Amino acid sequence: MNELETLSFEQAFKELEDTVQRLEGGGLTLDESIALFERGMKLAQHCGQKLDDAELKVSQLMPSDEGGYQTVPFEEKGAS
Amino acid sequence: MSTTHYFTVSQINSYIKELFEIDFVLQDLWIEGEVSNFSRSAAGHAYFTLKDEAASIRCVMWRSSAARQGYLPSNGEAILAHGRISIYEVQGAYQLYVDALQPAGLGILYLQFEALKKRLEAEGLFAPERKRSLPPFPRCLGVVTSPTGAAIRDILHVLGRRYPLVEVILSPTLVQGDKAPLQIVAALEALNEHIDAEAIIVARGGGSLEELWAFNDERVARAISSSRLPVITGVGHETDFTIADFVADVRAPTPSAAAEIAVPDQAELGGTLDFRRNRLIALMGRQIAERRSALESQERALGRLSPQAKIISHRQRIDELTRAASASLAHQLALQQERLRGHLLRLQSLSPFATLDRGYSITRQLRTGEIVKSVAQVAAGDRIETQVSDGKFEGTVDWTAQGQENQE
Repeated sequence: MNELETLSFEQAFKELEDTVQRLEGGGLTLDESIALFERGMKLAQHCGQKLDDAELKVSQLMPSDEGGYQTVPFEEKGAS
Repeated sequence: MSTTHYFTVSQINSYIKELFEIDFVLQDLWIEGEVSNFSRSAAGHAYFTLKDEAASIRCVMWRSSAARQGYLPSNGEAILAHGRISIYEVQGAYQLYVDALQPAGLGILYLQFEALKKRLEAEGLFAPERKRSLPPFPRCLGVVTSPTGAAIRDILHVLGRRYPLVEVILSPTLVQGDKAPLQIVAALEALNEHIDAEAIIVARGGGSLEELWAFNDERVARAISSSRLPVITGVGHETDFTIADFVADVRAPTPSAAAEIAVPDQAELGGTLDFRRNRLIALMGRQIAERRSALESQERALGRLSPQAKIISHRQRIDELTRAASASLAHQLALQQERLRGHLLRLQSLSPFATLDRGYSITRQLRTGEIVKSVAQVAAGDRIETQVSDGKFEGTVDWTAQGQENQE
């Protein structure tokens, strides 16, 4: 599902929470429950994947020639 | 007025003491001076004189205050002493009752610190209701610190371990020295204006009071309090409190702690994820079980209302009738067979052939097949056929005779 791939961890995590709450609330048809369940499992997997794949991205602000700022990759110096 | 009013020495000393003690300047003041005649009594109290070029004042510091003090001065040292001035009535001498003291250089910094803190506090910059909450899952964090210090290393280490999903943008600055405050202000502004971050960590590793001084600068304090993004400070060690800490939305004791506060922990998140996944499965299982049990109870109800039972009972009745009918039929058949066999037996006993077995025979005219019962029916020369029990033979009549008598 492409749409899921575009969700940030936070969005997916929040939606998962909402999904669990809706299922807990009850009052759903079986089809709705199944759809929510499948969505929830995909969200959980997406979140887990995001956590597993994450690698800290660090950049540094530098004044640019135009008077504004640009970001450049930050490399740690003098790691002691 | 014949009577001149007079006081005792005790009365006047007591009166002067009261005058001193209702004066709020004398009751809470800092005095800068050089220490001389420093001595400690056996009981632990410290006595010394503070002096400048032109004057001196006697000072006493009780054992309890001296014990709280990490540092005690020695003769010739310039210090800043805090306390109240009162009268030592026994000697009629006023003196400074010291409750805290600092080396003069630091002491002045301390006074500036206290004054700024008081002023900003009065402005309401430390008010709890000004403190903003931090985003629970920041996507992007700004960090204001030195690109070469221990602080950035510690922060990146913690962020990488706890929540590598976050993007970090370092806004580099000096963190000590005269140029530091303005750089820190500019670094904060750059993040606020140009970067879509959700919170800012302002940090510096541990150092002396002077090294941390930039974080007690009013410009830095105001830049933090006016920051669009919430600010977490992590300056120095646990025991260091700076003005920046007071105006920040959240004060962390160290840079590492600031990073920990800024992001959730992925291990905990993983646990929450597992919990939610299991909850989903349990909820779905329950839904299905509930529906299955509802379905089963409907099926039972349907079963009770079904014509099936009637059909079964009718079918049984039909079975019974069929069985009864066929049993009766068989009985009839057996009866008839029995009767038939009786008839046959009687028939057999009546058969003429039965007499043949006993030696009788039947003779017929061969020509006509007529049974010969009388000699009158035959003449000599007639061909006859005689039947006995096990076959027949032919012959010719030689003669005939009437009567019963035997020939022999």
